[in-house]
Amino acid sequence: MFTIILYCVAGCLLALSFFKDRQKTKAALRKAWKSFENILPPLLTVLFIIGILLSILDAQTISSLLGAESGVIGLTLAAVLGSITLIPGFVAFPLAASLLRAGAGYGQITMFVTTLMMVGVVTLPLEIRYFGRKLAFRRNGLALISAIMISLLIGGLIA
Amino acid sequence: MSKGKVLFKRYRIALMMLLISLAILLFMPEIGANVFRLTGENLLEMASVVPPIFILLGLLDVWVERETMVHYMGAGSGLKGTALAFLLGSAAAGPLYAAFPIAAVMLKKGASRRNMFLFIGAWSTTKLPLILFEAASLGFQFTILRFAFNVVGIVTIAFLLDKSLNAQDQAELAEIISKS
Repeated sequence: MFTIILYCVAGCLLALSFFKDRQKTKAALRKAWKSFENILPPLLTVLFIIGILLSILDAQTISSLLGAESGVIGLTLAAVLGSITLIPGFVAFPLAASLLRAGAGYGQITMFVTTLMMVGVVTLPLEIRYFGRKLAFRRNGLALISAIMISLLIGGLIA
Repeated sequence: MSKGKVLFKRYRIALMMLLISLAILLFMPEIGANVFRLTGENLLEMASVVPPIFILLGLLDVWVERETMVHYMGAGSGLKGTALAFLLGSAAAGPLYAAFPIAAVMLKKGASRRNMFLFIGAWSTTKLPLILFEAASLGFQFTILRFAFNVVGIVTIAFLLDKSLNAQDQAELAEIISKS
């Protein structure tokens, strides 16, 4: 749905741009291709790593690891899994829901979901490409700290 | 260096991953098949989302004047700039790595660093369709709590990241951004 809207918006604006100024539109498309080609190598690498990781760590493995453990070990595991895997939210939330039903704690689930979204180890090469090593490491580090605090808070608040 | 060599150098890590995947396919056919299925699916998903994003980026780069970006999201844009960064990030869809090129262009065009960090934070966690889906899967109470804490977290991270950069870091960032 979002993708369709995105295509419509991009198409309309492209047509408008072409109508107003052909040269500028050509320049825009050249820039679009150049910036895409620029990130293609790390992007392909990342996609392969995700494929390999998700094939080894399937939903069942994740569930057994998190469902059985709890406390600090469970939290740590959740943080590691969330940080290195890259599962789309539409897969992650139902997975998280089934983990909760299987007996995982709210803190662990919060940790998993939050690090999944904010901390990206496999996408680090891409992030470094855009923002440099220092900033990429700092952002991920701060995101991890934020995830730990939020998980402890929610784990304590929802018993 | 010849053109082929340059190309090989740029793609060598991706090629290595391909070889590793092929090795997995050879020694553990079931897992290997899964690797290629998942990678293929992700590649297709990316291929379907990416073209309009980069076209919009190109258009943004060519048509939007630096002054406009500075006005709406620059250092002096205040709370309105903050709100706009949050809204833009939350209205988005797609994985976090799709946000990086957009954020880079925003910064290049004169958005403030803090607003750019807010945009990335919002993109990563407060996306509207996902929030609705989270509430449906994990319950309203959990979602609202996580959302509220996340907003505090995102604002804090943006503030700290911005403050953590000294003059040299800022110059380095501007240099990297100008090349992207």
